[in-house]
Amino acid sequence: MRFYSTLSISQKQIVWAWAFLALPVIFYVVIRFYPTANAFVLSFQEWNLLSDRTFVGLENYHRLFSDPVFWKVFQNTFMYLILGTPISLVLSFIIAYHLDKVRFMHGTIRALYFLPFMTSAVAMAWVWRWFYQPVPIGVFNNFLASLGFGQIQFLNSTTNALPSVLACAVWAGLGFQVIIFMAGLRAIPQSYYEAARIDGVSTWTVLTEITIPLLRPTIVFLVVFSSIGFLRIFDQVFNMTTNNPGGPLNSTKPLVLLIYDTAFNGFNMGYAAAQTVVLFTILLVVSLLQLRLLKDR
Amino acid sequence: MKKTSRFRTFILGAATAALTTAASSASAVEIEYWQYFFEARLDAMEKLIENFEAANPDITVKMTHFPYDSYRTKVAAAIPAGQGPDVVQLFYGWLNDYVEAELIQPLPADTFPPEKIEEEFFPMVQAMRIGDSYWALPTAVRSLALFYNERMFADAGIENPPANLDELVEFAKKLTQKDGAGNLTAVGLTTGMTAQDHHWIREVLIPQFGGEPYVDNYRTVNYNNEAGLEAFTFYNDLQAKHGVTKAAFMDEPQAAFKAGRAGMHIDGSFRIGALEDVRGLKWGVAELPAGPDGTKSNYASYWVNAITSKAEGEKFDASVKFMEYLTSDEAMQIWIEIVGELPAKPSAAMTEENISDPVYGPFIKGLDYARTTVFANESAQRQVMVDMMQRIEFEGQSVEESVAQAAEEEQKILDEYYKK
Repeated sequence: MRFYSTLSISQKQIVWAWAFLALPVIFYVVIRFYPTANAFVLSFQEWNLLSDRTFVGLENYHRLFSDPVFWKVFQNTFMYLILGTPISLVLSFIIAYHLDKVRFMHGTIRALYFLPFMTSAVAMAWVWRWFYQPVPIGVFNNFLASLGFGQIQFLNSTTNALPSVLACAVWAGLGFQVIIFMAGLRAIPQSYYEAARIDGVSTWTVLTEITIPLLRPTIVFLVVFSSIGFLRIFDQVFNMTTNNPGGPLNSTKPLVLLIYDTAFNGFNMGYAAAQTVVLFTILLVVSLLQLRLLKDR
Repeated sequence: MKKTSRFRTFILGAATAALTTAASSASAVEIEYWQYFFEARLDAMEKLIENFEAANPDITVKMTHFPYDSYRTKVAAAIPAGQGPDVVQLFYGWLNDYVEAELIQPLPADTFPPEKIEEEFFPMVQAMRIGDSYWALPTAVRSLALFYNERMFADAGIENPPANLDELVEFAKKLTQKDGAGNLTAVGLTTGMTAQDHHWIREVLIPQFGGEPYVDNYRTVNYNNEAGLEAFTFYNDLQAKHGVTKAAFMDEPQAAFKAGRAGMHIDGSFRIGALEDVRGLKWGVAELPAGPDGTKSNYASYWVNAITSKAEGEKFDASVKFMEYLTSDEAMQIWIEIVGELPAKPSAAMTEENISDPVYGPFIKGLDYARTTVFANESAQRQVMVDMMQRIEFEGQSVEESVAQAAEEEQKILDEYYKK
């Protein structure tokens, strides 16, 4: 107590600040940092949940990089990212841009776009899975067949399966992105548009010179947010391919599903931890890169 | 009718169980029992616990269940922490891992003498013996049989289920239906390697074509040879040559059969309960078709109960008593009635009533010649088979090449597992 009374006011403030911060700090250390650190350690070990953990050095990483399935999965994960992020961003921007101008039933239409985002990913994935089935149960193929076209193999194909799964994921995330874009559009001061109108500038110029540049913070947020989402895609893939998770022939398997499979079907926890570390690194690098590229100069 | 009475038994059972637990919990030894969630299994176990507690008033059994997906993880995490069950249910294929990790203890030889077990149970349970003792025992086992749609059979003018593989193909052709554009609208036989077909190929088709899927006590893959190729070619031809099936038709084979869009469907005895509830579907069961030279074969698997290393002293004694009841003829009969899984002892299974039962009969007869695969990693080994067929279908690989690649991949899984 005597020690406390010798402190200056600003030092006392620091003590109290840390006293109040202690709870979240402890929480973060126990809930976040400890498991993360543990995963790093585990990635150098072998453990099947039942036996003791044993150190195996870099063996898990060595095995990972010489595994063709890992490279296939790695490629898939980037396919989800490279196709998913731009497509969903462009689509949601187009929708938000036009929805912003719609006066008729604006609230209802906006709610309709937002609805999929609130629905459980599992339920959605199963409905889409049913849509994609061949004749006689699939909605899309029944429609094609009734018009006299041939069937399309959506999920049952090594080339179409990934885009099919991705379509569902893009559709599901659209509502959120539309809402954020609309908030961004609303935040642009009307005076810029008025000035442009007085100058008689074309709509295209307004879009490219005013709207998009001023939307930059919104775009940065959405790019980072949706990239992380696509890099971590799991629910849609797992539920649309539960019979053969990530199939056919690993053509839809993302990294998270590989990790799940290694950990909870193969009970190879060390190997799964190594995969997790790789995923963590990718997420970190991609996010940092994007933040740097899209940073305001 | 059957359904209502089953429901009534369940309600009565649940009520009595709740009452007895409340009444006797103060003085009794309480043991904990864990299994994975499957409704019929819970109903059956509740009934068994009720009977057991009535006979042993000083013991109460508390049952806990988990979703199948997280079951194994939960057990593995709980027992070392001293939190887990005293008696646990596990898949037969997990036994080695559990023994090695010292999560379970051997059954006492005075109550469960190995010679007596070998005399009384179906031979497949011998996989549960390590050294001089048994470590776990099943209440029930499951085997495969052929389900067929009676209405579709009648429409196609087929009188009996197929007795052999030639008839299987011939009937399947008659049962297949297509629309004007040639799209399949009903398949003659369902196929799907992700369902039960990998078992059908491994333990039924390969032996029927004169092969042996594995040698060296399931440590060496042995299907990359003439017999194996014949078996896989037969299977692949069903879709590729005869056009009587399509893998993943209507998403899942059992869904196609339930919807009346499949003439025949090979599945396990655990499917009976689900099919009984389908209104308007008339179905029958037959033994699996015999091979070209008349060889019959089947695949059987089972879940076992074991005493964990956590059970000590009076809890251990109570657990032994509970295990004794779980492996009694009475328990097995209750299990078949509620879950539809077959008794693990011939004395309970081979009763006149069970054998002549039109639904259970074919499954029980199958037990006589059933084989049990010893898996290192069932899902990974199944994946090898799934990928093998898909390489042929999607990438145009030849059957020979694909089988050779699969054999190599599966051997790798086995080698890795047994290197320890």
